[in-house]
Amino acid sequence: MDCNKEALELMHKHLDGDIAREEESQLRNHLEGCEECQKHLHELKRTITLIQSSEKLKAPDDFARKVMQQLPVEKKHVKYLRWFKVHPILTAAAIFFAFMFTGLLSAFEQDSQLMVSNPENLIIEDNMVIVPEGVTVKGDLVVQNGDLKIDGKVDGNVTLINGNLVDEQGLDNSGLMADVGGVNGELKEVDRIFEWVWYNIQNLFKGIFSIE
Amino acid sequence: MELIIRDKIKQVKKGDHAAFEDIVMFYQDKIYQHCHRMLGNKHEAEDIAQEAFIRAYVNIHSYDERRKFSTWLYRIATNLTIDRLRKRKPDYYLDAEVKGTEGLDMYSQLAADGKLPEDEIEGLELQHYIQKQIAELPPKYRSIIMLRYLEDFSLQEISEILDIPIGTVKTRIHRGREALRKKLRHV
Repeated sequence: MDCNKEALELMHKHLDGDIAREEESQLRNHLEGCEECQKHLHELKRTITLIQSSEKLKAPDDFARKVMQQLPVEKKHVKYLRWFKVHPILTAAAIFFAFMFTGLLSAFEQDSQLMVSNPENLIIEDNMVIVPEGVTVKGDLVVQNGDLKIDGKVDGNVTLINGNLVDEQGLDNSGLMADVGGVNGELKEVDRIFEWVWYNIQNLFKGIFSIE
Repeated sequence: MELIIRDKIKQVKKGDHAAFEDIVMFYQDKIYQHCHRMLGNKHEAEDIAQEAFIRAYVNIHSYDERRKFSTWLYRIATNLTIDRLRKRKPDYYLDAEVKGTEGLDMYSQLAADGKLPEDEIEGLELQHYIQKQIAELPPKYRSIIMLRYLEDFSLQEISEILDIPIGTVKTRIHRGREALRKKLRHV
């Protein structure tokens, strides 16, 4: 056996603990007859012992404290993100409400223009929508940001948002009362933000739960 | 112990800052020693060991709990020490592989049995001398010798820490042992 190659290779395998049984007996046989290799293996083993005997170092006393001081402070959004991860259902609910309310609020605040749901056959003057005499509005009527005067008829619900129903009192009282009766459905006036929101929520649920 | 550490890591992942301090306390001596042996001085060792723990904390979510935590931590520390060693301005590149050879560097080109440093031995404490010999090994051998004999990792674990094939680990540990044998045989 070649001392420098094979035997050396086996010695290192032996030290790494992955020598096969057959190889081990080969090595043993060789060592018995080769003083040089015996010495070599002895030196290797002694080297390992020397390395292992070297003193253990200890970290400075305030090491852990210094590390803890240097840890990055958690950013707030990280905290929130983690909270969201831990509570997915609440998160979904929060997002739902956030979208819903911002949607409603922006709709309420931005639409300051006069809006009428079905303006056919209606007269619009400045800020007033007039249902002329003899005209019948089919379906619901929604007027936003304007007043409404009904001389004709509405075949459905009337909703007034940010506006009033104008009745010309004093002219022909009884006739007017009859005219208001020209609404064949509910008459609703909405002029405050919460009512507006409430109205939208009601609509939403009606939309969700209506069987039609 | 691994179980307790596992538990602590789960707490840290949930955001428990304080649980990390226990992890630091448990590993600080080992990691500090590892950095010290790699870098050869207290100041840099403390600096890099701290950095290793901070990185571990920041990246704790990328730690795979099925693996051994110490392996992961040592990997961070070892990479940091290697980076630091690279940034130092070397006067010469004994570490650099000689062109056209597989894994041979300038160290292997140096006369192995040069003048015996016997005078030196007398002047130095044995411990100090051994340390010096380890410190003079090229980093790629030094790290493996330390991980194997001072920190008791298996060859497989060393291959994971250093991210090199196990065959390379074996080759390097053989060379490292031989190099140290030559230096320490006369002690």
